[in-house]
Amino acid sequence: MSRRTGLTPGRLGPGDVLRVGAAGLRARPARVILSALGIAIGIATMIAVIGISSSSREQLLRQLDELGTNLLTVTPGKTMFGDDAKLPTTALAMVQRIRPVRTAAATGAVEASVRRNNHIPETITGGISVQAASTGLLTTLEGAVVKGAWLNDATAAQPAVVLGAEAAKRLGLTRTGVQVWMGGRWFTVIGILGPMPLAPEIERSALVGFPAAEELLGFDGSPTTIYERSSDEAVESVRAVLPRTVNPDNPEEVTVSRPSDALEAKAAAAGAFTNLLLGLGAVALLVGGVGVANTMVISVLERRKEIGLRRSLGATRGQVRLQFLAESLLLSALGGVAGAVLGALATAAYALSRDWPPVVPPWALGGAVAATLLIGTAAGIYPAMRAARLSPTVALSTT
Amino acid sequence: MTGIVELVAVTKTYPGGVHALRGVDLTIARGDLLAIVGPSGSGKSTMLHMIGTLDRPATGTVRVAGHDVAALSDRELSALRSRHLGFVFQQFHLAPGVSALDNVADGLLYTGTNRRARRERAAAALERVGLGHRLGHKPSQLSGGEQQRVAVARAVAGDPPLLLADEPTGNLDSSAGADVLAVLAGLHESGTTVAVITHDAEIASWCHRQVRLRDGLIVDGHDHDDRGPVALLKGAGR
Repeated sequence: MSRRTGLTPGRLGPGDVLRVGAAGLRARPARVILSALGIAIGIATMIAVIGISSSSREQLLRQLDELGTNLLTVTPGKTMFGDDAKLPTTALAMVQRIRPVRTAAATGAVEASVRRNNHIPETITGGISVQAASTGLLTTLEGAVVKGAWLNDATAAQPAVVLGAEAAKRLGLTRTGVQVWMGGRWFTVIGILGPMPLAPEIERSALVGFPAAEELLGFDGSPTTIYERSSDEAVESVRAVLPRTVNPDNPEEVTVSRPSDALEAKAAAAGAFTNLLLGLGAVALLVGGVGVANTMVISVLERRKEIGLRRSLGATRGQVRLQFLAESLLLSALGGVAGAVLGALATAAYALSRDWPPVVPPWALGGAVAATLLIGTAAGIYPAMRAARLSPTVALSTT
Repeated sequence: MTGIVELVAVTKTYPGGVHALRGVDLTIARGDLLAIVGPSGSGKSTMLHMIGTLDRPATGTVRVAGHDVAALSDRELSALRSRHLGFVFQQFHLAPGVSALDNVADGLLYTGTNRRARRERAAAALERVGLGHRLGHKPSQLSGGEQQRVAVARAVAGDPPLLLADEPTGNLDSSAGADVLAVLAGLHESGTTVAVITHDAEIASWCHRQVRLRDGLIVDGHDHDDRGPVALLKGAGR
């Protein structure tokens, strides 16, 4: 038909479409900010929720990387009759003989309490347990001494004690060389340990050498926990043979666990509760979209004359529709970008306050952009159709 | 070639049974300076809509620049308006907060020219209406007469052969109105066909030809006799 009449409407370039769409927004800045705010809040919530949980997961994974996942612990379980089982005194030596095992160490609970002096009643233990520790414990747990020294073959037979970080804090000790009252005699504090995320029980312990514990504190020499590290690939095979190696007579009385599993579970859980918050963000986004649609409908009503003028200047229905669709898209894109920036900033602020690495996954940003465009289109379709359907005469005659 | 606008037995009825036009024949020749006069309710605005292809007749034929309006799609009508018609309204319909230059350049938005060419032609059009020194002014910084001249510049920036002015001086005092009319006269001299819709007998007499409307019918000025007799005009005055 156009070929016959030679009448084809001029095309609007993409730049022109954007400019026309933006012109409508520029005329009403306050309304633009208010209606973009709804979208911004929705997007910011979603980005922040995803960002914070990603940052938390990243932190846990980094921690795992640092600590290693190749540490296994062996503890006594229950006997067939429900009593507490014991590990044989030979258990440590047996574990050390498993070929892939690189290092192993043992601790044994000692029936004693540690106090600053003998005037404090024995019942006040402060939650600190006294344990015998083999000299390989520090290497196996890859821990560090923050003050003084770790037990060696010599000090292990002496009344010398190394305190875990938490134990030292509870006793109010920050330096070595002081004496503490343990099992009816004085022990000298020779070292204080740093934090041990994979073995928090060590943090709350006062550690003495096996010989000293047996000689001075009446320890029976049977370990209560064996720590073991092997190569990463061998962890599962070592785990399989550990019970029989430790206690060949009653392998079922032995419990083997992997402390890093707890951290991994935590990392997995970090993503779980975000779904609810994400849903909340989605609702905010939806409400924001309704706000944009509302604004656009009002805008079309108010601008009937402008629409009439544009039609008289030669705008086709499609071009009017495009103009309002572009305006709606720009409006929600504005909100989306502001929301993404806000969400990223919130993530960064929260992560830095927790000493986490701030992580905002690119897919979340991409998803935010896609969501905004979708919302913008959905919110704009109806008002744009209304604007396009408006007859030029009606539009011009409204006063 | 026949006139730029031809109306043959055009009727228009609005919902509710209002007969705005009841069989109108009119030919506007190229180069005319013509007034469509009549009291309110006489069908002037409907005439504007018919000639301006903003609406279609109920019966009859409207031909603009040789195209039968009834046979054109909405897209084709839009293209026709962008190329052959320029509109000036009583209310200036300028975008607030936008410079005179960009207001005029926006008038060429739907002609398919690029932005630079639009702005160049807008500047030339503003020059033509005597506002070459006001390119960067916003509507709020211009007087009413100047604003209407900006609107005229917007209407003629694309060099349409036909300019339709609907009560172009209705919102202006007489001196500003005279300025606007002078601009229209200048455009007419340079070859543009100008049709002014008005209820003002003075403005109508200023035009070379008057078409008088009453109750949807042309009561005077059917024939294309340029220089309509002034005596006739006075006889039919309101």
